[in-house]
Amino acid sequence: MVLTERDYRLIASIQDGLPLVSRPYAELARQLDMGEEEVIGRIAEMQAAGIIKRLGVVVRHRELGYNANAMVVWDVPDERLDEAGSLLGAQRCVTLCYHRPRRLPDWPYNLFCMIHGVSRKSVLAAIERLIDELDLDGIAHQVLFSGRRFKQRGGHYRHSRSFGEP
Amino acid sequence: MSPLEKRLLNEFQHGLPLSSTPFAEVARRLETSEEQVLHLLGTLQSRGYISRVGPVFKARRIGSSTLAAMAVPAGRLEAVANYISSYDEVNHNYERHHRLNLWFVITAPDQERLEQVLAEIEAHSGLPVMSLPLIKSYHIDLGFPLWC
Repeated sequence: MVLTERDYRLIASIQDGLPLVSRPYAELARQLDMGEEEVIGRIAEMQAAGIIKRLGVVVRHRELGYNANAMVVWDVPDERLDEAGSLLGAQRCVTLCYHRPRRLPDWPYNLFCMIHGVSRKSVLAAIERLIDELDLDGIAHQVLFSGRRFKQRGGHYRHSRSFGEP
Repeated sequence: MSPLEKRLLNEFQHGLPLSSTPFAEVARRLETSEEQVLHLLGTLQSRGYISRVGPVFKARRIGSSTLAAMAVPAGRLEAVANYISSYDEVNHNYERHHRLNLWFVITAPDQERLEQVLAEIEAHSGLPVMSLPLIKSYHIDLGFPLWC
């Protein structure tokens, strides 16, 4: 999908959230001097093209008490990688799931996923449940809980023609 | 947190209707009023539990990025971490409880700059950096899992 200047104006007006009113798209349309149908249509197109991954409530998980997070790394046999990755990546409680290279002999892990919870205990329980439900008990893994956060800067959309995974 | 608030937070992180009156549709699914939905969303936002109701954009692919890890002696962790955080190219930098105790993400305009930053961090710290660039993502973003 090629974005137009009108799309960029629309993106700028929605990236900090929709107005919390009965007809939010009509309100945006009024501000942008567009039609309500055009606003809805362009957002739908951006969703279909994958530029917008989801549209809805964006929660602040730390404020909700989700302070524990674990990076779980797995040493998946190459022939099972796509299967295990697809299974884990589709789980509601998994917030990231990436294939990254092994660095042998020190680092045999090739699949990374992130799991958040209100406590270490709940995160460990979620991991046990995943292993059980997805039949991953033969796959070596390690759980790396986070400690101090030295830096975290959220991504904000900037003018650009290209989108992709980080 | 009321059951209605919990449902609002958890069940509408994706798929907000693209209809003229999306919050009336949410209200219908929750068997409450549009007025109540708008009021609760406003309250949840002012209490800091939600940052917005809106789109999440796919991350931009500009240049090169990697996840990097280091094993830093405990007494030097903060100093090394602060040096790494000083790079504009570093946007996440966390301690993790593991032999490899420092994990950070570098995003640079190109591969050359990425490698330069990695080399500078190794030279400055005198420690090796393990670089683990993304090969493939399997993740489907349905929002942040609450009460999962």
